[in-house]
Amino acid sequence: MSANGHLDFGDRIQTNRVHGSLYYDEQLFQEELERIWYKTWVYVGHESELPNNNDFIMKSIGPQPVIMVRDKNGDIQLLQNRCPHRGNQVCVREKGNAKLFTCPYHSWTFANSGELMGFAFPEGYEGHETADKSKLGLAKVPRVASYRGFVFGSMAEEGPSLEEHLGGAAEMLDRLCLTSPEGEIEITAGFLQHKTRSNWKFLVENETDGYHPAFVHSSIFGVADSGIGNLYSNKSTALARDYGNGHTEIDLRPEFRKADVPLQWFGTTAERLPDYVAAMNAAYGETHAREIMVDGTPHAMIYPNLFIAEIQLFVIQPVAVNETVQHVTALQFKGAPDLNRRMRQQTMGSVGPAGFLLADDSEMYERTQRGVQSKNPEWLFLGRGEQREFRDEDGFRVSHATDETPSRGIWRHYRSLMEA
Amino acid sequence: MLMTEDRLENLTLHHSVSQFIYMEARLQDDHQYDDWESLWTDDGVYWVPANGVDIDPEKEMSIIYDNRSRIALRVRQLHTGRRYAQEPASSLRRTVSNIEMRVLDNGEIEAFSNAMIFESNLRGEFVWATRNIYRLRKAGNSFKMAKKTVILVNNDKALYTLAFLV
Repeated sequence: MSANGHLDFGDRIQTNRVHGSLYYDEQLFQEELERIWYKTWVYVGHESELPNNNDFIMKSIGPQPVIMVRDKNGDIQLLQNRCPHRGNQVCVREKGNAKLFTCPYHSWTFANSGELMGFAFPEGYEGHETADKSKLGLAKVPRVASYRGFVFGSMAEEGPSLEEHLGGAAEMLDRLCLTSPEGEIEITAGFLQHKTRSNWKFLVENETDGYHPAFVHSSIFGVADSGIGNLYSNKSTALARDYGNGHTEIDLRPEFRKADVPLQWFGTTAERLPDYVAAMNAAYGETHAREIMVDGTPHAMIYPNLFIAEIQLFVIQPVAVNETVQHVTALQFKGAPDLNRRMRQQTMGSVGPAGFLLADDSEMYERTQRGVQSKNPEWLFLGRGEQREFRDEDGFRVSHATDETPSRGIWRHYRSLMEA
Repeated sequence: MLMTEDRLENLTLHHSVSQFIYMEARLQDDHQYDDWESLWTDDGVYWVPANGVDIDPEKEMSIIYDNRSRIALRVRQLHTGRRYAQEPASSLRRTVSNIEMRVLDNGEIEAFSNAMIFESNLRGEFVWATRNIYRLRKAGNSFKMAKKTVILVNNDKALYTLAFLV
């Protein structure tokens, strides 16, 4: 690092290779917290997790807990869980409904919009020039914004807007919501929390690594007679896409459009979900509903921590340089109870600590974390498909689903954030 | 927990249920997947809840909520040799205790136990603590599991991969 705090990653991040130390350097992890997690837009939670005024739920931005609240006016607030008096945590419940948060230590009491309502034994502060109640509320995450119900927070007072940050990737969230006959997703099924002894960046990169499923997940694809494996085969027509700003996807639509069967993306048929199909037809008209049901939901990694895996929502939380928690739940589509039931069943089978898919992904993360600390060859090679990459009609980099276009895009963005 | 008025009958039942629970534990520790799978009834349900003990698994996420065909799928995946989270398989030893039971009106036996499981794998060494609740049906001289609920003490927290049979 130079004296003015500018970092130069030219010797560790190159076009098609990155240095192994980026995954285990503890000092770098602290820099990442400041320059990425406590600066850019980070996904926190979904509005549907707070159906009523005064509902709250514990969330996080990086390692820090954040209380997501729908205050008495119905506005979403992101509060730091830290009493401005002595730093005690004001809330230790995972969720609930509360108009006030009272710090148990000295009984300072806060409105659920953060304002300090009162000191205990106020005489001790009377006439004190800095004991100004209006300045001693719970700190708020400076910027809160939501898109289609997805709530993001930024710890930086200023910076690009959420829309600017999402850029072209916002369309993936639009596409996701279209799968609901009411145009909305809901998060109501509770979260599994899966811990892995690995650096967060391995997880982010793996989410849109279309090269690994054929191998890491061959055990379950084989015994479950699943068609998913073919989507990631060498002959697949699916695409890897880099939207810029670190956002990436595996676009499976070319495969689903080739098959042209509604709900094949979900491994089922229209006959098995008649209520859902009827609701979709009523909402969008048969032609458009059919297109939506053929295309399916996205496989989208919104940088740095929101992963939409067709039927699941993952939140990636770094807790240490070599420890990451994945919070995962089934996506639920408003107005689609029969679809939602299958979403929950399939999600429980696939993800979390015992999941048919994610337990093996996690095993790879941990082995990679250990392996990368061996000193030779020092670098990771991310060049797959560089020579066949092209630009789509929107100007985004695209390549075969198994190519490392997403990883290269993620690192390009990482470098720009860290060198900013 | 009293089962019948007959003390000897109670002792015998307690003994045979305990032996069944110990056998299940041993088959799990030794990765005897097929023998373990044969302990299930055709309508068996294997449930490892998340986030407490009183969630509705039909509505909320569980760590495992397997019906009988998914139990079979879990075992088949373990047999592939490519279930990397168990390849190599964890070394396991578990101690089971605090066994209590009662006979339900339908003749099934509800049995309770605590277990401490020591796991050694590529990541390191780990201890899991569970409350186990069985619903058993008599089958010949032994029993079959119609339901096994495994409540991890820390199921409300982030957990490392749990890919062995718990």
